[in-house]
Amino acid sequence: MDFKGLVIILMGSVLVNNYVLSRFLGICPFLGVSKKLNQAVGMGVSVIFVMLMATAVTWPIQTFILEKFGLEYTQTIVFILVIAALVQFVEIVLKKFIPALHKSLGVYLPLITTNCAVLGVTINNITDGYNFVESMVSSLGCGLGFMLAMVIFSGVRSRIDESNIPNSFRGLPVTLIAASFVSLAFFGFAGIIENLFA
Amino acid sequence: MKNGKLSVLVKGILKENPVFVLILGTCPTLATTTTVVGALAMGLATMAVLICSNVVISLLRKFIPDVVRIPCYIVVIAGFVTIVQMFMHAFLPELYELLGVYLALITVNCIILGRAEMFASKNKVLNSALDGVGMGIGFTIALVAMATIREVIGAGTFAGMEIPFMVNHTVDIFIKAPGGLMVYGFLIAVVNVITKGKVIKKKEFSCAGCPSAGVCNGGCKNKKEGE
Repeated sequence: MDFKGLVIILMGSVLVNNYVLSRFLGICPFLGVSKKLNQAVGMGVSVIFVMLMATAVTWPIQTFILEKFGLEYTQTIVFILVIAALVQFVEIVLKKFIPALHKSLGVYLPLITTNCAVLGVTINNITDGYNFVESMVSSLGCGLGFMLAMVIFSGVRSRIDESNIPNSFRGLPVTLIAASFVSLAFFGFAGIIENLFA
Repeated sequence: MKNGKLSVLVKGILKENPVFVLILGTCPTLATTTTVVGALAMGLATMAVLICSNVVISLLRKFIPDVVRIPCYIVVIAGFVTIVQMFMHAFLPELYELLGVYLALITVNCIILGRAEMFASKNKVLNSALDGVGMGIGFTIALVAMATIREVIGAGTFAGMEIPFMVNHTVDIFIKAPGGLMVYGFLIAVVNVITKGKVIKKKEFSCAGCPSAGVCNGGCKNKKEGE
């Protein structure tokens, strides 16, 4: 696979097919943890980390075990279990060996187990027929896109908090509408991929 | 239960509607509501998984150790999701294609894990089944309502049937991603008015609606209904 293709996959998953804003995966943490900038960054970094680890583990499992023995139908169960176990494992390892990192990411890790974006990215990598390197790049892109959306949105939210909003729109409704505008902004990237190397 | 079985069943439809009040399962709500057919299929598939997993988890609630309950729930749910996936692949291949990855993602749908954690793990089998039915109906209604708005305005059709006038005056954005978020926001606001702002008071908007709230050793505490 040439370098160009990898860049296209990366940019595509960061900007065009942004997991949060155009595919609607990982909305819960996007809405829940985007209140403060530092939380958004912490969550974003954790998601990138877990996505990369999860892809690094699930891709070989799918290729060398499930497909080899005709067990593709167990994909959902196997993947979610692997991700859940992986998150636990990462948490234990971080706690033991890199306590500083665990302190900053530890809170977010359990939340990620049931993050649809992580399961989504691992399954999408398989259905899109990516090879190992492409899968890793695509996961990195999705994670970066997730973090980008969270960081941008945390800025938008801090402005919402200061404004005067009609009663029935307070809280979630206005947040969703603001998210819709952020998503609209990302629409502007739609044509970027075709013309990236033109 | 205080108000009998009927209230367990009915509360999922408006009072504790999983989508508009509990704010669970936002991802499929936004992703699969571009067409009415897709929304209905998603709602029914989720309902099937929800009822089955609620029953099984309720049956197992005395046997599952508290520490490992979340992985146990996930295995049960993933099992039922696989069954639904295989069923739809075999008998409804078009819908299977339409829903794509979101079908597998029912596994991590907050509604199912959320109800397992909030309700099925603490209640008897029959009540849990009824809760699953109620929540499933509420989820389906919410999805179909949203899909109706989006499809009629965005594509000028209803479940594939063309609506005169509307079909020539479509607002494309409604079936695109931003439209989904916007319609969802407005619908929650409408439900807020109907329930007189109870929604806002009940949930200080955070990860409270998230099923991980139970495992999350951080600030988010599961403040939802005890039983």
